[in-house]
Amino acid sequence: MNKLEARNVNVFYGPNQVIKDVSISIKKNTVTAFIGPSGCGKSTFLRLFNRMNDYIDIFKMEGRIEIDGSDIYDKQIRVEELRKQIGMVFQKPNPFPKTIYENVIYGLRIQGIKDKKILDEVVEKSLKQAALWEEVKDKLKNSALALSGGQQQRLCIARTLAVAPTVILMDEPASALDPISSAKVEELIYELKSQYTIVIVTHNMQQAGRVSDTTAFFYMGELVEHDSTKMIFTNPKNERTQNYITGRFG
Amino acid sequence: MSHLDIELQQLKAETIKMWTLVNLQLNKGKESLLNLDKDLAREVILSERRVNAYELKLDRDCENIFALFNPVAVDLRFVLAVLKINNNLERTGDIAEGIAKFVINVDHNFDKQLLELTRAVEMYEAAINMMNETLQAFDQENTAIARKVFQQDELLDDINIKANAVIADYIRNHPECIESALYLLSIIRKLERVGDQAKNVAEEIIFYIEAKVLKHRSIVEKNKK
Ligand SMILES: Nc1ncnc2c1ncn2[C@@H]1O[C@H](COP(=O)(O)OP(=O)(O)O)[C@@H](O)[C@H]1O
Ligand SMILES: [Mg+2]
Repeated sequence: MNKLEARNVNVFYGPNQVIKDVSISIKKNTVTAFIGPSGCGKSTFLRLFNRMNDYIDIFKMEGRIEIDGSDIYDKQIRVEELRKQIGMVFQKPNPFPKTIYENVIYGLRIQGIKDKKILDEVVEKSLKQAALWEEVKDKLKNSALALSGGQQQRLCIARTLAVAPTVILMDEPASALDPISSAKVEELIYELKSQYTIVIVTHNMQQAGRVSDTTAFFYMGELVEHDSTKMIFTNPKNERTQNYITGRFG
Repeated sequence: MSHLDIELQQLKAETIKMWTLVNLQLNKGKESLLNLDKDLAREVILSERRVNAYELKLDRDCENIFALFNPVAVDLRFVLAVLKINNNLERTGDIAEGIAKFVINVDHNFDKQLLELTRAVEMYEAAINMMNETLQAFDQENTAIARKVFQQDELLDDINIKANAVIADYIRNHPECIESALYLLSIIRKLERVGDQAKNVAEEIIFYIEAKVLKHRSIVEKNKK
């Protein structure tokens, strides 16, 4: 069974169709990169997997989105439970104006977990997984806002990991970071894929090449091609894919 | 046109220049052999340095494109192909030089009858033709032309295999010509290798245009589209 599955999905914002009959299968513990020009629908499509588009009034979806084989748009589904399983990391690091410690356990606090021993353990484990522990272990009570941009982004990843998701959605997680921080986030993605299924939207072709197992190219709401990243970057089947990745677009 | 496109076009133009020079080397080698023109053979040896200089330059150009432009897909395959073709051209240049050295060293004219019997001239012309056609295939990005080369290589192999017996026979009848006969055998060996280089180049051209890997396949498979 595939971890994530989209079947014949259409998305509309009011009268505008922005996703057109997209089907895709994503295997467990792989990294999938979504690439394509701005406005082609990558973020919209990504947000379908944790029902983030539900907040948008004019949003309407047709088709099916499945996680572990079950329909996540089913009426029985509790969205808060779903979001625990499907974490999300955004382009701009968005730590809360709280301590580093409180940021990491934010999700657990909401769940009502109070046991200090458990919380301490989760903080250490999540920060280690996010490759931030060594840098912050002595200042967990400091404000998260005092961290650098790259550290803040890894903190947000730690916050996502703390609630033990199985899937992590990332929307251009490194595009606001300097090259070194960006490289750290990439390393991290690579480390995390043994335990998580990761979907990442990126504008950086080389980044897609480096971090992902498969790459999906979107163009004007359509999924043009989805194949192993090696194939996409050495011998794409579709001419539009080739034109896009070689920078000869339009 | 994008910056990368300009770089790739320049790389292609430089490759064609080197290729033209190598083919000229082969041609001069052939003329020097037919007329035992030692001056022409010396010219071939002198120009070998230019071929080597091209090789270094193309290597460096490819390296820069990899480092600065991160080419992907067809662009990546093109630069990889040029890198290997560059190597094949340099070796072909070495072979032309080797033939020229034999021409300089040999004492007597090559016997016209022996040239006929061994089909050495026919072989030389076929080898030059293969290199010209692969150049054309590269220039026009035409894999049909590249595929023709595989057939011609069979002819070279055939002539090469039969040459042993022909030359042994000839030496028995003309022991006074043993030296030039042995030189001719060496030249035939070298021409066989020109055919191999042309074949490698044709495989690279098909790889970059069609993304098919033809190395180490039989000729029947290679000709399948
Ligand atoms: N909240 C929204 N309301 C209306 N239209 C939107 C909204 N978000 C995105 N769109 C439109 O949907 C299309 C796809 O956008 P998006 O998914 O953000 O693309 P991408 O992430 O590939 O840049 C665009 O035309 C965009 O203008
Ligand atoms: Mg987006």
